[in-house]
Amino acid sequence: MNEILKLHYVVDGNNFSLAGQAASDVKKMLKTLGMAPDVIRRVSIAMYEGEMNMVIHADGGEIDVDVTPKAVVMRLADRGPGIADIDLVMQEGYSTAPDDIRALGFGAGMGLPNMKKYSNDLKIESQLGIGTTITMRVDINSRG
Amino acid sequence: MKIAEIACLLQAQILCGQDAMDMELETAFGSDMMSDVLAFSTERSLLLTGLLNPQVVRTAEMLDICCIVFLCGKTPGEFIVELAEEKGIALLLTKHGMFSACGILHANGLLEGANLE
Repeated sequence: MNEILKLHYVVDGNNFSLAGQAASDVKKMLKTLGMAPDVIRRVSIAMYEGEMNMVIHADGGEIDVDVTPKAVVMRLADRGPGIADIDLVMQEGYSTAPDDIRALGFGAGMGLPNMKKYSNDLKIESQLGIGTTITMRVDINSRG
Repeated sequence: MKIAEIACLLQAQILCGQDAMDMELETAFGSDMMSDVLAFSTERSLLLTGLLNPQVVRTAEMLDICCIVFLCGKTPGEFIVELAEEKGIALLLTKHGMFSACGILHANGLLEGANLE
């Protein structure tokens, strides 16, 4: 696998039932490429958490995934409300998810910390009222 | 422990995944918070939950969880069962609640399937 594989997904913010389809597709694709199970697991969890955040907080968005010989890079961009205090949202247990989302089993404040835990690098760029872009990199030859 | 034994111990109905009944599992994780499952569950554990929505199956898929037990006799909808079938995840339905289901499985040898550092 020497070439770069590029994948693009539009995440529907209005359909909770379908959330996670992009992460599921990427997982399937990485399996087809014969990637190590540990890498597939880390990419899947990090991307699924990000995709769920897009649906819960930002009415959807777009995800670009680049697979290179060295890493899988995921870029998740939304036009949601933005994040006022990035340090605060990185704290385990901090959540602004509404009660209806908590009733569905999400919003425990573990999403972003989990994305950081499973990726080798996580970058958050956010502007209030404009949106948030999260870039995560999972290295293929290292364990997270 | 084979999934078939888990079904037997919990007097569970098999909703899908009949061909996975010989699969061996060593650990289990019980939670109604999928956020916690994603944060703490080990791969290939059994998942026990009282939550009924498609994201339970998606969460299991991301973690390579191959069997989910729905508790308290709460029956998942058709879409959830179809999604699990598509993903190759076995679904069991028991009348036991979380406390007794986990207790029965632990007493019979299943271990905690959580990465708790």
